[in-house]
Amino acid sequence: MAHYTPPAQSKLSQIIDVIVLVTLTLGALFVPLWLNLAGAAKTVATPVENPTWEALGQNAVQAAQYEALGYTPETAHDLILARFDYSFTTGALIVMIVVVIAYYALMLKFSDVEYREVISEKFGEKK
Amino acid sequence: MAQTDITSAERDGMGPHGTKVGLLRVLGPAHVWALGVGIVLVGEYMGWNFAVGKGGAYAALMACWFAGILYSCVAMIDSEVTSTVAAAGGQYTQAKHIIGPLMAFNVGLYLVFAYTMLEAANAITAGYLVSVVATMTGYGGELDQRPFIILVIMFLAWLNYRGVLATLTFNLVITAIAFAAIIVLFISTSGIVGDGIMQHAALFEGHEKPYGWIGIVAAMHFGLWFYLGIEGTTQAAEEVRSPARALPFGTLAGIMTLLIAATLTWYICSGVLPWEFLGDGVNGSVAPLFDTARLSGSNALIWFLGIGTLFATLASANGCINDASRAWFALGRDKYLPAWFGAVHPQYRTPYRAIVFLVPIALIFALGAPLDQVITFSILSGLLGYTFMPLNILMFRKKWPMGTIKRGYEHPFHPIPAIVLLSLCGFTFFAVFLGYGTQLVAMIGFYIVVSLWFHFWRYRFVNRGAQFTMPWPKPQGY
Repeated sequence: MAHYTPPAQSKLSQIIDVIVLVTLTLGALFVPLWLNLAGAAKTVATPVENPTWEALGQNAVQAAQYEALGYTPETAHDLILARFDYSFTTGALIVMIVVVIAYYALMLKFSDVEYREVISEKFGEKK
Repeated sequence: MAQTDITSAERDGMGPHGTKVGLLRVLGPAHVWALGVGIVLVGEYMGWNFAVGKGGAYAALMACWFAGILYSCVAMIDSEVTSTVAAAGGQYTQAKHIIGPLMAFNVGLYLVFAYTMLEAANAITAGYLVSVVATMTGYGGELDQRPFIILVIMFLAWLNYRGVLATLTFNLVITAIAFAAIIVLFISTSGIVGDGIMQHAALFEGHEKPYGWIGIVAAMHFGLWFYLGIEGTTQAAEEVRSPARALPFGTLAGIMTLLIAATLTWYICSGVLPWEFLGDGVNGSVAPLFDTARLSGSNALIWFLGIGTLFATLASANGCINDASRAWFALGRDKYLPAWFGAVHPQYRTPYRAIVFLVPIALIFALGAPLDQVITFSILSGLLGYTFMPLNILMFRKKWPMGTIKRGYEHPFHPIPAIVLLSLCGFTFFAVFLGYGTQLVAMIGFYIVVSLWFHFWRYRFVNRGAQFTMPWPKPQGY
């Protein structure tokens, strides 16, 4: 392979590259948050009116520890009863699997093309 | 084929271009241990308990051990490859030499974001801790945590700017104290010395598997937090005096330390704190070891664990700044990012521009996002990196079979660790999908977009052959 000489990059172009990368990074974290699409929200499916430790499913030892931490049945209500919802659709699972596999396939394919150029220039063509 | 001995006295201590100019080679194995354990030990002080929230206490224990197996594979694989790659950038530099530039670019970003997010999580915890101490000492109002978050990040960035030896010696001391605090808490509360306060059976009663078996799978997501970051020891490759010996020793000693600390932490906290409180790291137990000490009734333990928590967060944030900046620096030096970031400070011999540039990024995450989201972002970047590692070692052994390069460490039972690691990564992807699927897809979507940007735009500015800097023979099959 002929020796590859990269073009010079202007300072403005370098700054734009950094801005693009940082913007994408912030977007990946904050856009799901802003759109309320971030998971992990726990909800209380069946609230208990006038809660007691027994009604919240706590035995004497568990109740004593909550009280030592400064909780009452009222203040501990949401903490104790909130649960994740792990239900999912097969379609969503398939989308996740396809996205992960497609990502690594893309990585390996493009990387291999680039890697062959690197090795060719560093060590010469395969004999 | 001629043998290339990276571990020889002739090669040892050389920079990646065969020169002695660049980052300072001043670190020993203890610093490598301090870097790895220092980054991770905070995972025992906060964050791991989200695993309890996702599946219950038993699920968190299983996640702790399965994640321990995953990280043992990571440490073994990483130790072999990195004992031949004596250059900053860690897994990024490995990927560049073994798989290819695009994979390397992605791995570099995994490292930067995993560590920067972890740094942000540490700063959030430090701010929280200060507010708790203020309340305990009689302050009546609600303390604004933001100045303390900013102070932590700025101070540690300054320390990193000034030199790596002082930075990691500082880490060694405070990490050792934080680890000792866990041991002391265990001895003091488990009944070994004095009356024990453990009540596992009563606290678990009726709540053994609150989500059933799927909760055990889901808990694996945050089980990674017990150990996340131990692979960061490789970032010191260009700054240790003897990479072929110090890196495997420091890394493997580190994972052994963490396996002990993680199991003790689960035992202590789950035996004192109710699982719903323990499992909610936002509204419940932000710092579970500290909360356990509070229930011990011993002021000495409260202060020691308070100090331990603070030291663990500082050590972790400190190590994260060190590692993220090395990865960013290495990306800049190879022009994967603007070359301006590849500069070394003329006096302090640190990657100072990378250190300074990442400060506002960490601050944005620390001040603008909730703790569990920041942790999830960090875990996802780490998980993507762990999935790369088995591919990396399989290709490494294929392209440079045993005998073509002298390894400082050869991991046993190949390819079993790689297969186990790949399987556990797939398992963990599903665990993240349960509850945090949107973030998972958003994160991978981000990496796909930046990969296309790199391949079709950025890569044109990169020298081709010159980026292969290791003194290795030509890979087989090329």
